[in-house]
Amino acid sequence: MMAACGALFLRELRIAHRLGGGATIGVVFFLILVTIVPFAIGPDLNLLSRIGPAVLWIAALLATLLGLDRLFQSDAEDGSLDLLRMADLPLELIVAVKCAAHWVATCLPLVIAAPLFGLMLAVDGLALATLTATLLAGTPALTFIGAIGAALTASLRRGGLLMAVIVLPLTIPVLIFGVSAAQATSGTVPFLSPFLILVALSLGAVVLAPFAAAAALRAMSR
Amino acid sequence: MPITGLRVAGLDLIRGEQQLAHQLRFTVAAGTALVVVGANGSGKSTLLRCIAGLLPFERGSIELEGRGETPIAVLSHYLGHQEAMKPALTVGENLIFWAQMLHSEGAGTAAGLAPAAALERFGLAHVVDTPAGYLSAGQRRRAALARLLVVSRPLWLLDEPTAALDAASVKKLTEVMAGHLNAGGLIVAATHDELGIAAQTLRLGEQVGEQIDEEDGP
Repeated sequence: MMAACGALFLRELRIAHRLGGGATIGVVFFLILVTIVPFAIGPDLNLLSRIGPAVLWIAALLATLLGLDRLFQSDAEDGSLDLLRMADLPLELIVAVKCAAHWVATCLPLVIAAPLFGLMLAVDGLALATLTATLLAGTPALTFIGAIGAALTASLRRGGLLMAVIVLPLTIPVLIFGVSAAQATSGTVPFLSPFLILVALSLGAVVLAPFAAAAALRAMSR
Repeated sequence: MPITGLRVAGLDLIRGEQQLAHQLRFTVAAGTALVVVGANGSGKSTLLRCIAGLLPFERGSIELEGRGETPIAVLSHYLGHQEAMKPALTVGENLIFWAQMLHSEGAGTAAGLAPAAALERFGLAHVVDTPAGYLSAGQRRRAALARLLVVSRPLWLLDEPTAALDAASVKKLTEVMAGHLNAGGLIVAATHDELGIAAQTLRLGEQVGEQIDEEDGP
């Protein structure tokens, strides 16, 4: 069972790496989003450093969605999903392993790149550290909630946009608590309570979303 | 424990609103094959997917005798219309992945051949390190057939196994299927072509109340 999970995890990482999609495209997209904000609102450093964490969070959210629509779609199209369902593993576990691999391939690079890009928005040292911590704690929730949308739209040819429409409203709680914890260094809000809620959202999503996504995949095949 | 036979009784095949077959009943003993024939849309693929556990069915029963607690899906190889090969990975990586993924310790599914050996049986040993995206349709089909050998599972469900294959490859497939039957395996194949193995035939879509007629291949 562990061997099969490991094989699936490695295969997902390998595909993400070979396609050149995964890490690089996600980080470049993240960079572009972060870069266009100062162009849009002007070079006011105080304003930028105040909204910097929020901008980084929104950029991370959008960059996470990139590529998530293919999470199950490519397997549904080439028949892999049928075979995965015939393995001696629960479909829920397969979904969880695929999500974990997707997180490592696309979200982890975002978390690592976030402090660098934060500098461009004049976010200071301590705020960068809290921001990175909130992204690390919050992105698993984004990936796993996104997996539900990906599973619902797996059989649709152009389901990417529909997936974003389904998923984005569901990620609002994650965004609210992520940004409020990230802005705690400005002194107006406490850090710990929004951060703990963020962690709880992630843990809840990791546990519950695989069941929802697996149910959607089973229903889709009818 | 050995699988002794596949028994289907009272199975209704329904796809969408349309009833494709009514009260389907047949048995396939270990070491024998069943060829499902019928016009396009007569329910051949639906039948195979029901046996594989990929489609739910409302009435009837499908039982693999001797399976114990193991689901039928875990004891079956399913070869569908798609090859389930990731174009970005090499053929060898694809096969190793499926060998690890489809292997299960508890179900008594023995380890199969190494990818290179399995590909050799279909005359494809030279593409082990080629990305699957570079293969032709026929080569991809043969690579998918090699998947049947990298993990041993007793029941083979083959949907149009000869699609895109040339005559020489069909002959190799015949040998591989004969080997599987000799080892006590079962095959249910939906096809329009001659497979070259001794098999009973199930005709779908001609009349309600299906008939099985015995027919020996060459």
